[in-house]
Amino acid sequence: MSKMPKWADAILIPLISILIAFFFSGVVIWAIGKDPIMAIKTMVQGAFGSTQGVGYTLYYATNFIFTGLSVAVAYHARLFNIGGEGQATLGGLGVTLVCLSVPWPHWALALPAAMIGGALFGAAWAFIPAWLQAKRGSHIVITTIMFNYIGAALVGYVILNILKVPGSMLTESARFPAGAHLPTFHEMLAPFGISFNKNAPANMSFLVAILASVAFYVLIWRTRLGYEIRAYGQSESAAKYAGINPARIVIIAMLISGALAGLMAINNVMGEAERLIDNAVEGAGFIGIAVALMGRNHPIGIFLASILFGFLYQGGAELAFWESIPRELVVVIQALVIMFTGALDNMVRVPLEKLFLAFSKKKEA
Amino acid sequence: MSAQNEAGRQETVAPTASATAPSVPAIELRGISKAFGPVQANKDIAISVAKGSIHGIIGENGAGKSTLMSILYGFYKADSGQILINGKEVQIADSQAAIAAGIGMVFQHFKLVENFTVLENVILGAEDGGLLKPSLAKARKLLKQLSDEYELSVDPDALIEELSVGHQQRVEILKALYRQADILILDEPTGVLTPAEADHLFRILEGLKEQGKTIIMITHKLREIMEITDTVSVMRRGEMTATVKTSETSPEELAELMVGRKVLLHVDKKPATPGAPVVQIENLRVIDEQKVERLKGVSFEVRAGEIVGIAGVAGNGQTELLEVLGGYQNGTGKVVMNSQEIDLSGKHSNGQTRRARGIAHVPEDRHDEGLILEFQAWENMVFGYHHAPEYQKNALLMDNAGIKAMTQSSMDKFDVRPPNPKLEAKSFSGGNQQKIVLAREIERNPDLLLVGQPTRGVDIGAIEFIHQQIVALRDQGKAILLVSVELDEILSLSDRIIVMFDGQIMGERIPAETNEGELGLMMAGITDTKHETAGADQ
Repeated sequence: MSKMPKWADAILIPLISILIAFFFSGVVIWAIGKDPIMAIKTMVQGAFGSTQGVGYTLYYATNFIFTGLSVAVAYHARLFNIGGEGQATLGGLGVTLVCLSVPWPHWALALPAAMIGGALFGAAWAFIPAWLQAKRGSHIVITTIMFNYIGAALVGYVILNILKVPGSMLTESARFPAGAHLPTFHEMLAPFGISFNKNAPANMSFLVAILASVAFYVLIWRTRLGYEIRAYGQSESAAKYAGINPARIVIIAMLISGALAGLMAINNVMGEAERLIDNAVEGAGFIGIAVALMGRNHPIGIFLASILFGFLYQGGAELAFWESIPRELVVVIQALVIMFTGALDNMVRVPLEKLFLAFSKKKEA
Repeated sequence: MSAQNEAGRQETVAPTASATAPSVPAIELRGISKAFGPVQANKDIAISVAKGSIHGIIGENGAGKSTLMSILYGFYKADSGQILINGKEVQIADSQAAIAAGIGMVFQHFKLVENFTVLENVILGAEDGGLLKPSLAKARKLLKQLSDEYELSVDPDALIEELSVGHQQRVEILKALYRQADILILDEPTGVLTPAEADHLFRILEGLKEQGKTIIMITHKLREIMEITDTVSVMRRGEMTATVKTSETSPEELAELMVGRKVLLHVDKKPATPGAPVVQIENLRVIDEQKVERLKGVSFEVRAGEIVGIAGVAGNGQTELLEVLGGYQNGTGKVVMNSQEIDLSGKHSNGQTRRARGIAHVPEDRHDEGLILEFQAWENMVFGYHHAPEYQKNALLMDNAGIKAMTQSSMDKFDVRPPNPKLEAKSFSGGNQQKIVLAREIERNPDLLLVGQPTRGVDIGAIEFIHQQIVALRDQGKAILLVSVELDEILSLSDRIIVMFDGQIMGERIPAETNEGELGLMMAGITDTKHETAGADQ
C-alpha cells in the first residue's frame, strides 16, 4: 500500500500546515484591526532583511537545534523528554562554572571545556528521571516536568547565593573572562571580507549545532547504539527478545538527550550573555519539542524547523516593536504554528493521502 | 437520550422475524467490492447463506474474509454492492445497525471488559435506561434460559478475568444472543481452544442451528470446515472462488481452491536419526512478574537431529519455556547446552549470550518480538545479531552496505517476496515476514533452534516451505524445539511430542503411536487417557 511519496510527507505536509497557521494568524491580526500583509512583511523584514535580523534568527535557531535534537534522540527511544528546559538551565550552570573557574587564554580552549561542562550538567539532570524510569517505572514525562521546576529553583539559588557578584543588585553571575568570549558572526566573517552586524548574537555555537546534527545522524542511523535505541523505541518486547537491555537504553538515551540540551548553554550563556542570568533558557527547551515534532526527529528537519522558529521569535519581536501588535499576539502566532505543524498533523495528512491516492489511481486508469 | 432508549426497548420487544419463507436466504450479498487504496480486498463478492445453516468461509490470510465480515458488521462500508437480510436490502452503517438487523459477531480477540462480571459484560451497550438493576435482572433470567437450552453454562457473577478462554467465548456468544442475534458470525473461533473445548463449541453451534439461527464461521482449519459446516465458501485474493456443499468436497480440494495450486498437506520427511543431547533441561521453573508460577519444574532433553514438539493449548507455559531458553525471562533449575550449564537469571542471562551459545529463536510473536515492523528488511535481518563482528564496519559504525548485500542473498535463498531489503517489515505478508525471521535464525547455523508457532498467520504455500526448512535443518543434525498450538503441525513435524498443561509436562508420545484425541485429552490436563469420554468440558 504505497501511500505518498516521501518528499510529500517530509516537505509538503509541514509546508501546508505552516500556510494554514499563517492564514489563521492573519485572521487574528485582521480581527484586532491590523493589516496582516503588513505584519508578515514586518516579520520577514525583521528576521531576514538585515544581517542583524539574520544574526538574531540564527541565534535563536541555534538554541532550538540543540533542544530539538535533545527531544529527538529521546523520542527515538520512545521517551518523551519534556525536561529540555531544566537540562539546558543546568547546562548553563555547568558552562558558567567552567568559564569562571579558569582564566581562559583563548576561546578555542574554553569552548571544548565549556561544552563538556554544559553537556555533563545537562546529562546529570536527565539522569535522575532516566534512572527513576528505568529502575522504578516512574513516568518520565512527569519527572522531567518536575525537574524543570527544581532546576530553575536550584540555579536561581546558586546564582543568588554563590555566583552573584557581592554588592551587585543584579541576579546574575560575574561576567566571563575575555578569553572565554566566543567569536560572533561579525568576527567570524570579517576575515572573509563579509560584513555582519556587530550586535547580532549569532556566534560560533551555530557551527557546533550543525556538527551536533551530523553526529546525531551518524549515531542514530549508523551505529550499533543508535540501532538499539531505535529498536527499543519501536518495540520494547522485541528489544528484550534481541537481548537489548531496556534499562540501559533508557538511561543512555536520556543521558545523550540531556547532554544535547545542556550543550545549548554554549550559545545563550557563553555566546550571548557571557554570564549566567536567571531564566536564561527562555522556553527554548519547550520549543525543542515542537521543533523535533515538526522536523520528524531527523536532523535536517530539525534544522529547518529551528530556522522557522528562529524566524518566528525574531520576526515576532520586530512585530511587537514596530507594529504595536501586542507581544501576546506574537505568542498566539507561535502557538498556532506549533498547533498546526505538530498537534494537527493528521488534519493535513489524511486529505493529502487521499488526494495522492486519487491521482495514482487516475494514472493507472 | 430517552428517545433512544425507547427505540431500543421497542426493538427488543418486537418479535424476531420468523414468518419469512424458508427459501429466502438469511443473508445474501450481491456484488460486494471494497478497496483499500490500490489493494482490492473484496472483488464482486456474491454469497447466499441459507437460514438455519452453518456456513464456513475459508481462505488464506489476506484473502479478504475479515474484510467481508467487517462490511457485514458495519466496520467498513463497501464501495459497491448490496446486503440483503431475509430478502430485504439493508444499509449497515455501523455495528448498531448490524445488531438491529439481527447480526451478532464473535471476534477472534474477545471484546470483553476483563474486570466486569459476565452479566455486566452481557448488558454492556445494551442497557435499558440509566439504572442497571432492571437490565441485570433481565439478563440473568435470559442467561439461565440460554444455558439450559444450549450447553452455554457460565456463572453470571464470575469476573471475566477468572474465566477460561472457552468460557469467555461463551460470554461473547451470549452477548450476541442477548441482543437477539439471528445470524451469528464467528471469526476463527477455535484458535485458542483445546480440542475438547472446540468440540463443546461445535455442540453449542449445532444447538443454535436447530433453533433456526444462522451461523457463519470463518476459519483456516480445513478439518473444522469438514466437521461442522453445511456449506463452504472459499476465498482467494479478494474473490469468492467457490461455494460447495461440504459433503461433496474434500480437504485436498479445498486447499487447492484456497491456494490456486496443488499443495502438500503433509510434511515429507525421513525418519530421524537422533544423536547426542544438545540441550538438557532439568526442573525448570519460571515465576512471572505477577508472582504466578508459569513453569512448574519441567525436565526433558532435545538431541541433535531431532524435532521435539511441545503440544498444548496457548498459555500453559510454552511461551515461558521459549522465553527462558531464549534468555529474556528469568528461571530457576538447570539447563545444560552442549554440556555447559547456562545462567538462567542475572546479568549474563540475555538474548545476546544465548545466541553466542548457539541457541537461535524464532519467537511465537513475530510482530512484537521477532521483527521490528518499522525497520527495513535489512535492519531486521541482523536483529539480535547486530553485535556480531562481521556486521561491523569499524569500532564505531555498523556495516550497513554489507548487511544489505547479505540480506539480499538470504532473501533470494528463502524465497522472500518481494526480495527488496529496503522494504519495511510491515509491508511484507505474514508468510514472508516469517521467512525473514527464519532466514535470520537458520543462516546463523545454530546448534539449537527454538521455534514458536512457525506458521501462525502464514499462508498455506509458505507453510509448506517453512516446514521443509525446519526439516532440512534437522537433517543437518541440529536440535529443534518446536512449540505450536496447531496439533496437525505438531503431529506432522515432530519426532517426539511432549504435551504441556498448566506449566507441567503431561507426558511424551511418539507421533506414529498417538492421535489427536489422546493428545487433546492430555492437553486438557487428563493423564489417564483410558477414559476418553470423561470430563471433556474441564
